[in-house]
Amino acid sequence: MGGVRFRPGTVVLWIVSMGVFAYLFIPLITIAVFTFNDPTTKFNTQWEGFTFDNWLHPFSEKAFTDALIESIRVAAVACTLATILGSLIALALGRYRMHGSAAINLLLVLPLTTPEIVMGASLFTLFFNLGATRGFATVVIAHTLFCLSFVALTVKARTRGMDWSLEDAAMDLGSPPMRTFWKITFPGVLPGVAGAFLLSLALSIDDYIITSFVAGPTVTFPRKVFDSARVALPAQVHVLATIIMLVAIVIIVASTLTGNRRQKA
Amino acid sequence: MATDADDRTLRNAKWTPYLLSAPGLITIYLFFVVPLVTLLKIALSERTERGSSKVDFDWVGSNFGRAFTDFGDQLWRALIYAAIATVLCLLMAYPLAYFIAFKSGRWRNLLLGMVMVPFFTSFLLRTIAWQSLFADNGPILGVVEALSLQGVFDTLNITTDGKIMNTPTAVVGGLTYNFLPFALLPIYVSLEKIPTNLFDAASDLYSPFASTFRRVILPMSMPGVFAGTLLTFIPASGDFINAHLLGDANKPVIGYVIQLRFIQGGDFPAAAAISLVLMAIITVMVLLYSKFLGTDDLV
Repeated sequence: MGGVRFRPGTVVLWIVSMGVFAYLFIPLITIAVFTFNDPTTKFNTQWEGFTFDNWLHPFSEKAFTDALIESIRVAAVACTLATILGSLIALALGRYRMHGSAAINLLLVLPLTTPEIVMGASLFTLFFNLGATRGFATVVIAHTLFCLSFVALTVKARTRGMDWSLEDAAMDLGSPPMRTFWKITFPGVLPGVAGAFLLSLALSIDDYIITSFVAGPTVTFPRKVFDSARVALPAQVHVLATIIMLVAIVIIVASTLTGNRRQKA
Repeated sequence: MATDADDRTLRNAKWTPYLLSAPGLITIYLFFVVPLVTLLKIALSERTERGSSKVDFDWVGSNFGRAFTDFGDQLWRALIYAAIATVLCLLMAYPLAYFIAFKSGRWRNLLLGMVMVPFFTSFLLRTIAWQSLFADNGPILGVVEALSLQGVFDTLNITTDGKIMNTPTAVVGGLTYNFLPFALLPIYVSLEKIPTNLFDAASDLYSPFASTFRRVILPMSMPGVFAGTLLTFIPASGDFINAHLLGDANKPVIGYVIQLRFIQGGDFPAAAAISLVLMAIITVMVLLYSKFLGTDDLV
């Protein structure tokens, strides 16, 4: 590796990289710091005094808590649907020779390369033309859609290196198809599927733009924050966001650790 | 690039792959393809009466012209913001990706994980955090003031009358921050694929680092740079959260205008037309990209 010898360039690279890292983390630290703020105005953007109150009563702002629960409900349904539908496509593409697989790949990539605003507008026009009532169901449909492509492509990438001949081996030894699936196929694709599910949860819980087009009266957490941001934003919002961030970090760390252990075993 | 057709690990089956993929593909068809066609139809329709949301399909092309005269400024503004943010993202992402790929040793996975952490923090809250950082009495302007650089920053148009909030700088700053990981990850992936013995080969042949970088590393990482460009520019061009929370309320970007027109009811055909113009600009970029580099590096 080239990095063994000392070069002034390496020092510059170090400094620049650490600078970019700091840039990535300064707003996150800002969010965490402002959970301890005691704002006297309607906004929590200027430091005014230290308090533990927000952490002692994280759910006291009912409208925001309800919105967060709504977001979790949407994500649970949409990401489960997206993970099942997407993984099946990934299995088909990653395992079988298919006519039109190039077209299918393009169809999967397009939703990811379409600006959210266009996807939101197009879903709006569809539901408007159909006269469909916008609400929980339409939000779930929208979230399922943008998570689906994402799951299909990431699971496909992860199953690329899988040794499918293990299935043949099991069948040759007399294992029935269902048993083969649960004992060989399922554990093989599980890490990829679980990772895709977690990332799609993050996508769903955080989505504002598409949701705003199809939500009708349904208020998700990002929608509540967006609508309140220029009106009044209590410090509890920062606490809720920090809780989500901490839960996510714990899940990432835990899944990396178990993933490493599985590789070693 | 290996295509699916010549991958020998794939097997043949008559119906199975089609049955497996049918439910998902039907979902994409119904809720992605059909809505886009609906949007196109509305863009080609005429409003039955002013102030109404009702439209009649009639192959009307004039909506596109009206979309440009009504929303041209906002579209142009969004594209400029997105372009500047994309360049800034690439300039910051490349060195960090290079550092993680080649210089981080056993810390590599930890650093990669840390780059992902912002993804799991509310996008809106991250943007609101910049309200605090950009504030008139916030830390950034504090540093500028301490260094007595107000004049320089105003002359360079980085600040306007000594402020950052509600200026284009704040919007571009927010966009750059929010989409930096999208530029970083594909660049990292393409750098990581470069065999490090190429570096040794180059230095054994007395190639100075600058020339190795220019002739070997940079060309080999171009797919990642292009993918990063698309993955940053696409969401940035349609985004209006940064402009809404950090920018001047009198200078909206195209996404905000589209959203308002649809949600509050109004000129659907013109809003649909301008959405499709944005979509067309991006589709051309994506098709050019996939023609030269394939779709594999995009995700």
